[in-house]
Amino acid sequence: MTQTDLTRLTATQIAGLVASGAASAVEVTRAHLDRIAAVDDRVNAFLHVDTEGALAAAAAVDARRAAGEELGPLAGVPVAVKDVLTTKGVPTTVGSRILEGWRPPYDSTIVQRLRAAGTVMLGKTNMDEFAMGSSTEYSAYGPTHNPWDLSRIPGGSGGGSSAALAAYEAPLAIGSDTGGSIRQPGAVTGTVGAKPTYGGTSRYGLVAFSSSLDTPGPCARNVLDAALLHEVIGGHDPRDSTSIPQPVPDVVAAARLGATGDLTGVKLGIVTEFVGEGAEPGVMAAFRESVDALAKLGAEIVEVSCPHFRYALPAYYLIAPSEASSNLARFDGVRFGLRVGDDGNRSLEEVMSLTREAGFGPEVKRRIMIGTYALSSGYYDAYYGQAQKVRTLITRDFTAAFERVDALISPTTPFVAFPIGARTADPYQMYLADLFTIPTNLYGGPGISVPCGLSDGLPVGFQIMAPTMADDRMYRVAAALESVVGTFTPPAL
Amino acid sequence: MTTTLPAYDEVVARYEPVIGLETHVELGTNTKMFCGCPTDFGGEPNTRVCPVCLGLPGSLPVANKAAIEATIRIGLALNCSIAEWCRFARKNYFYPDMPKDFQISQYDEPLCFEGYLDVEVDGELVRIGIERVHLEEDTGKTLHVGGATGRIHGATESLVDYNRAGIPLVEIVTKPVPGTGALAPEVARAYVTELRDVIRSLGVSDVRMEEGSLRCDVNTSLNLPGAQWGTRTETKNVNSLRSVERAVRSEIIRQASVLDAGGRITQETRHFHEDTGDTTPGRSKETATDYRYFPEPDLVPLAPDTAWVAELKAALPELPRLHRRRLQEQWGLSDADMQSVLNAGAVELIEQTVAAGASPAAARKWWLGELSRRANETGVELADIGATPAQVAELQGLVDAGKLNDKLARAVLEGVVTGEGSPTQIMTDRGLEVVSDTGALTAAVDEAIAANPDIADKIRSGKVAAAGALVGAVMKTTRGQADAKTVRELILERLGA
Repeated sequence: MTQTDLTRLTATQIAGLVASGAASAVEVTRAHLDRIAAVDDRVNAFLHVDTEGALAAAAAVDARRAAGEELGPLAGVPVAVKDVLTTKGVPTTVGSRILEGWRPPYDSTIVQRLRAAGTVMLGKTNMDEFAMGSSTEYSAYGPTHNPWDLSRIPGGSGGGSSAALAAYEAPLAIGSDTGGSIRQPGAVTGTVGAKPTYGGTSRYGLVAFSSSLDTPGPCARNVLDAALLHEVIGGHDPRDSTSIPQPVPDVVAAARLGATGDLTGVKLGIVTEFVGEGAEPGVMAAFRESVDALAKLGAEIVEVSCPHFRYALPAYYLIAPSEASSNLARFDGVRFGLRVGDDGNRSLEEVMSLTREAGFGPEVKRRIMIGTYALSSGYYDAYYGQAQKVRTLITRDFTAAFERVDALISPTTPFVAFPIGARTADPYQMYLADLFTIPTNLYGGPGISVPCGLSDGLPVGFQIMAPTMADDRMYRVAAALESVVGTFTPPAL
Repeated sequence: MTTTLPAYDEVVARYEPVIGLETHVELGTNTKMFCGCPTDFGGEPNTRVCPVCLGLPGSLPVANKAAIEATIRIGLALNCSIAEWCRFARKNYFYPDMPKDFQISQYDEPLCFEGYLDVEVDGELVRIGIERVHLEEDTGKTLHVGGATGRIHGATESLVDYNRAGIPLVEIVTKPVPGTGALAPEVARAYVTELRDVIRSLGVSDVRMEEGSLRCDVNTSLNLPGAQWGTRTETKNVNSLRSVERAVRSEIIRQASVLDAGGRITQETRHFHEDTGDTTPGRSKETATDYRYFPEPDLVPLAPDTAWVAELKAALPELPRLHRRRLQEQWGLSDADMQSVLNAGAVELIEQTVAAGASPAAARKWWLGELSRRANETGVELADIGATPAQVAELQGLVDAGKLNDKLARAVLEGVVTGEGSPTQIMTDRGLEVVSDTGALTAAVDEAIAANPDIADKIRSGKVAAAGALVGAVMKTTRGQADAKTVRELILERLGA
């Protein structure tokens, strides 16, 4: 099998080859490293490629196999990790200048579990600085380009992870979703991205943007691979107090069940508020066709109104920046990362200010200022307090909806990948990219984006939202849809 | 410019002081509040740290159950209600000794609230209202080097030690205490003393002000009789019980002099100076930080099980004040005698010595006498003198058995304090046991008779009182180890008197 072939395989296929000895993990890893070397100067999906570490990990898997050890379902499969997760000894920048050169002394729980499962970490992927953005244009290390059209954005903040999948640089990737940062890049790159239930995946070692919303999750080119990755990284972690002490829902079985193409007895609710104005016609057309396809598989389709979803975006842009303003305080030049202006004469406050001025990009500064203001004495009740009330109302909308339907559905994002530079001048236009994904984060339930068609040659994502700790449901529906519409391959790079 | 300060008695005759106290107690848990790092005092700088207490990006806190339990027990001992549901909150401000640039604390939802502590001042009970008891994490320590004063001004470098960062800290806040008049300084001291004893009796902290495991801020204001309460100041750096009292007194006098001159009291933080007994202004509230408190999203809410809280309540030890009263009766002490035991910090030591077999009178004699004297001389706490209650009881046992006389016992105690071993060991090793064996003493007696023929003659001629001189001579040659009574009998026997 040629090296090119190895990069085109699913994770399931790669694991099978490695387990049977038809291909070594080292061969598989080299194929992907070669692919990265060949295309990443154009895609810019990776901030750091850990060639040595990847080959060592692959060799270890091959050695375990040679010793007759039982290998896990993803052993030997390469994975790209969003640069938001700490990796011991491997640079972790969060897409920011302020952490340039920082090598964490510890692994995040997700990365620990990836290593324990025998996956091979290729490197760290590009992202909007501190995961704040919807296009990866706010990375301090240059934008990532969408493999479908290199002049367009790959979504964000996890554009690097999704673009790496679409460019066949990696078969699996890890993202983090605070307002849609896994699902929206998945949608615009024609890949699968799942945001697990909040607390279903550990945040230990995830550099915090908004603690009550951040959720690490799996990215893949097909639903089953995503489910397999979800199973490996999910589950309770005593190092994260907000982690749920329950087993991971059986997402792999659900994906296999869905792939049979039978949705008899499944009731799906179209979110009324998300199919009116707001979404592009091409997006709506692909969405409607997919709904019809799901109906043909036996699903019952109804419309469900979630009246408070319209307040989700403003509530999110108070809660997330408020938490961020506090979470990002520690980047002060004292203990790690960038330090600017420490010439022995300047005061501590001046050095802190100069460091933060130089180290943070414009979107991060904007959100720190919004958040600082919203938490200020005298404004707290009107902003942060009010936003928390809206959050409760949105949760009630979800709870009420799930009394009627098994899952909610909508387009993942209102528009397909837009040209690089098209929305950076107007933050609000950028924020709209997450209009349909944010409610799930505020509620804490799981959501998945699965490719459902093309609009003018660009991928459209289909979103399925399920009740908390019912992640399996969305995998079943996603796999069923995939069984009808198939997967999508971008033009050759 | 020097101003003559008014006299304290004169001031409290015209103004009414209102005091309030905020006390921080470092809990003696094995591990830190939100990570597994050890908490012992000391250690090379930055060796008891991990990603969590260093606030490294990505790290997350996990609350220490033992610290929550200790805080609830403190709350219960202070007659507080325990929250059925409450949250931690972030207090945001930039400072290098705060690893995350926010402190995990509690804000409007404290774990314990609405309690009281009764303290005795001049034989009267004063009830101090407790506003709240909450749990938070301690900060690191900043060391300014290169300057003359050790303060930030003039320093060339600042070094931070994060060993202390994340140690669980309980904050206990009183309600304002009005109506104590001239006794305000003593009430403040009595409260902190009683609070310290309560917390010590719970075994949740070593509550040592010198080591900073008990820290106290004192709020003081003055008002004219019948008028509204005045503006308060907060005095920090109050590092001993004596300083609590002095700080209140000094601040009352200072505020009165400002008010007398027609001035206004500024709401500010002031620093107490141990050497001068004065306070000076600290950080002005003009640059006061807006802490932007909000619920800590990295931690789940606390909801202590009511049955568990009831169990903790049932298992509380006797309050120190009641315990002391019971001991006083058992030991048969007058109020004044009990007070001197209290002042010496010897209650528990005597109690344990009695429990180890000594009589209350003997236990009190050793701890208040020889050992207190040594503690004062060397400037250490009585409890740290080096002798344990069990050793003191053993020593007294040797005295009671006639093996040591008072002088020898003190020599043995000296050895105990310097760590030579147990009293019995030291007595044997140093050969300090009283010699009452007549065989061994006869030679010394004969020697003394031979050396003092004149005295011997006097005794032979019936002047028995002269025997004292010969006894003294024998004691000298036996270095005090002879049993004086036996020596005297031997002398009279040998001289046929």
